Amino acid sequence: MGRRLTGFLWRHPRAQLGLLLSGPVGWLVIAYLGSLAVLFVASLWQLDDFSGEIVHDYGLQNFQELWETPVYRTIVGRTVAIAAAVTVTDAILAFPIAFYMAKVATPRVRALLVVAVLMPLWSSYLVKVYSWRIMLQESGIVNWLLEPFGLHGPGFGNVATWLVFSYLWLPFMVLPIYAGLERIPDSVLDASGDLGGKPWMTFRRVILPLALPAVVAGSIFTFSLTLGDYITPQLVSSTQFIGNVVYANVGIANNLPLAAAFATVPVAIMIVYLLIARRLGAFESL
Amino acid sequence: MHISDGTRLMLRIGTGITLAFIWIPLVVIGIYAFNESRSQAWPIEGLTTEWFSKAFDNPGVREAVWTSVQAGLGATALAMILGTLAALAVSRYRFFGRETISFLVILPIALPGIVTGMALNSTFTQVLNVDLTLFTIIVGHATFCIVVVYNNAVARLRRTGTSLEEASQDLGADGWQTFRHITLPSLRSALVAGALLAFALSFDEIIVTTFTAGSEQTLPIWIFTNYSRPNQLPIVNVVGLLLILISIIPVYLANRLTQDPTGTAAPGAGGAAAAASAH
Amino acid sequence: MKTGQWRWWTALAALTLALAALTAAGCGDDDDGGDGGGDESAALQKLGKGEGEVNLIAWAGYVEDGSTDPNVDWVSDFEKETGCKVNTKIGNTSDEMVTLMRTGSYDGVSASGDATRRLIAGGDVDPVNVDLVPNYKDIFPALKNQPWNTVDDVNYGIPHGRGANLLMYNKDVVKPAPDSWGAVLDPAEAAKYKGKVTAYDNPIYIADAALYLKATQPDLGIDNVYELDDKQFNAAVDLLKEQRDNIGEYWSDYTKEQAAFTGGDSVIGTTWQVIANLVQADKKSPPVEAILPKEGATGWSDTWMISSEAEHPNCMYEWMNHIVSPKANAAVAEWFGEAPANEKSCALTANKDHCDIFHADDEQFFDQVAYWQTPTSDCGDDRGSTCKDYSEWVKAWTEIKG
Repeated sequence: MGRRLTGFLWRHPRAQLGLLLSGPVGWLVIAYLGSLAVLFVASLWQLDDFSGEIVHDYGLQNFQELWETPVYRTIVGRTVAIAAAVTVTDAILAFPIAFYMAKVATPRVRALLVVAVLMPLWSSYLVKVYSWRIMLQESGIVNWLLEPFGLHGPGFGNVATWLVFSYLWLPFMVLPIYAGLERIPDSVLDASGDLGGKPWMTFRRVILPLALPAVVAGSIFTFSLTLGDYITPQLVSSTQFIGNVVYANVGIANNLPLAAAFATVPVAIMIVYLLIARRLGAFESL
Repeated sequence: MHISDGTRLMLRIGTGITLAFIWIPLVVIGIYAFNESRSQAWPIEGLTTEWFSKAFDNPGVREAVWTSVQAGLGATALAMILGTLAALAVSRYRFFGRETISFLVILPIALPGIVTGMALNSTFTQVLNVDLTLFTIIVGHATFCIVVVYNNAVARLRRTGTSLEEASQDLGADGWQTFRHITLPSLRSALVAGALLAFALSFDEIIVTTFTAGSEQTLPIWIFTNYSRPNQLPIVNVVGLLLILISIIPVYLANRLTQDPTGTAAPGAGGAAAAASAH
Repeated sequence: MKTGQWRWWTALAALTLALAALTAAGCGDDDDGGDGGGDESAALQKLGKGEGEVNLIAWAGYVEDGSTDPNVDWVSDFEKETGCKVNTKIGNTSDEMVTLMRTGSYDGVSASGDATRRLIAGGDVDPVNVDLVPNYKDIFPALKNQPWNTVDDVNYGIPHGRGANLLMYNKDVVKPAPDSWGAVLDPAEAAKYKGKVTAYDNPIYIADAALYLKATQPDLGIDNVYELDDKQFNAAVDLLKEQRDNIGEYWSDYTKEQAAFTGGDSVIGTTWQVIANLVQADKKSPPVEAILPKEGATGWSDTWMISSEAEHPNCMYEWMNHIVSPKANAAVAEWFGEAPANEKSCALTANKDHCDIFHADDEQFFDQVAYWQTPTSDCGDDRGSTCKDYSEWVKAWTEIKG
């Protein structure tokens, strides 16, 4: 039996491939895409006004409601704007250190820097958010440091969420950019210098285009992680993100249909984002 | 490579700023772990190690850590198998839809955690009628951990090429021997690095977990609940500091592994794949 | 390398398939999920021998076995005495608790007023024979036979504890001392502390605004603050939208509220007594005071109920008796920060003033408290089904926060 199966597979590479793919594809398609499909179906259901039970009638009422209520648009706009701001901030913060690691530092320093960037990635997300809470509160370190200069910290609000998100996802931006920059041969940079390119010119015309896929790869994470979070906004502000509204509806009100309908918004945004990212070659830099 | 002094200085300053930004909050947690008062105001008044013994005596933390370890190991094992299979298929075969696989694999991590969590939750509770247990946590975590293993394995397979494997077969080795002696050794460090990352992702995940855990308490969920109890705050700070310190071990391991001569040149490549932390 | 590695792959694939099969099996083994529906059987008449375990659904902090803090434990003794092992599932919201109870896999629940009515109406819980709960006799009379635990003179639960949502303010900043919710809800008043006003981050807070309007705008005709029709509801929501401009941040868990007052981020807003105590105990905190405003307040009152499908009814009765026993009730009331249900607990609290601080026997105090209920479209009076249900409250809350 085993021998016959062996022979069969030997002669049929397609069957090998099928066997190989059945596990992962089965898992992702059935367990994951299947679940997403369930969620989408749920977004077409309704909540019965009287009993508060979910009624399995299909219709677009939830989407209509989301479209017609201005507050939901405000929230989507705010979420996307802060996600974009976080992505840009992280790219700016990540570039110098990534470049330093890839092209300037000695191997020893480089190893140390890699550890210094990686370690926060491994420590608890919640602990990091709470640390910011402690620092940003009225009697926290930030105000204590700023007070002598007559300044006052941002307190808890949109600025705080922007700061904390930028902090949380920064390593996800540093690492791909570092890997991307390291792949650029030194000779290319020297050539640009030899041909008279000023540092800024070299950066803009040579480094940036070559590193772009890596930046986009990093941005997938800074952007999507911000887009879907609801815990950080709740902890460092009273601002509502898409995630907060989804969570409030599914977790508190038991209104799964409306939550599911709203959840399709970030899904659509991310799928478009990923398609663009793939076109820019970001998937090779992950 | 030539870099002017001015540029070099700017890079140093930029690096310094980013490093400070990364590390100050971690140092703050470290300081607060020794805070004598339960109050979280700055500057702190006195130092104590009292909270450490309280944290060690706390059975809730120990149980939560154990649950998280089990979930992490289960999810990592599943992700290793599924990720490796997908990577072998994609890098050693040409077939219709090959490009779609990498898209499919990355989807669970790129879509917001709350979507993944809610989708799995409605499938478990509304369609399949399963109780939410450790098993459902593992299923959820494995789904978004596949990408880390997959990315590491694909990168390695792409780099190593097929010539050695072909040579092995030309010399009469069968499939298993070739795999044992050629493919596996070249994949090993990439797989271990991938596994470490997958474990880390699972260990720190909270959003998907919230929707799939039922009454199970993983460490992040324990931390979250206990942060909302003012009396427990100092203990949570201690746990936070310990987590930061313990994270040296996997970071060190991952760093060692990715710097081995047969491996990837860039330690970052593996880490970038981690760009996956699951929130 | 083309076709050589089939064996390894076969092994891997087989393993995956096996796992998938396991997954399927894991998914398949639980299909007895309940369609609820009690059988209306009468309450237990005689207590039998314990069944060895009991499965509870409870609020966090109601069933502590020492795993949170080794000193906080009122479960281990119970397990030793009765031989009933306690398994607890934490319910995060009343909705979740109702859903869980309807699976029929639990013996009992600590339900708030917004869940009890639904459970009784749905037949998910059985009447409780209070004669089998010896400690019931020591429960404050004012908690017995209330609408949220008794229907048609039939008892459906054992009262656990209660509390009120008070108004807390920073005495250094807020002068003169407020005596009305107007301090945070009247736009002109609240503007004095713009950016430092706080409120409970939950749709149920709309009821607090309704409570204020009930006193200040009688022409709206608000009676029950959880049964609001269009006009009343919109008035409350509009009031809160105006309040939004003055809010610094909302609070959802009590660490956040405590930190905000100790740190000075908030100076006035709703609170629970337990938070006020924590802030007052903190030497570095500004002085605060928590009061019951003249309009009264919202609050909660929780009840232990037994499932109509309980597999371990004897252990559940033992548990209901235990949790309102003077010692256990004192412990849970102190840990959670609420007024105990058992009169005799007051002598056993670690802090001798606990019952005074939490107004445990102050019925005049609790007469002014409107206990949380789930808003449903049924107004409960001649207005019929024109009231706003909870999902409407959630949507309105989203709009208020903006």
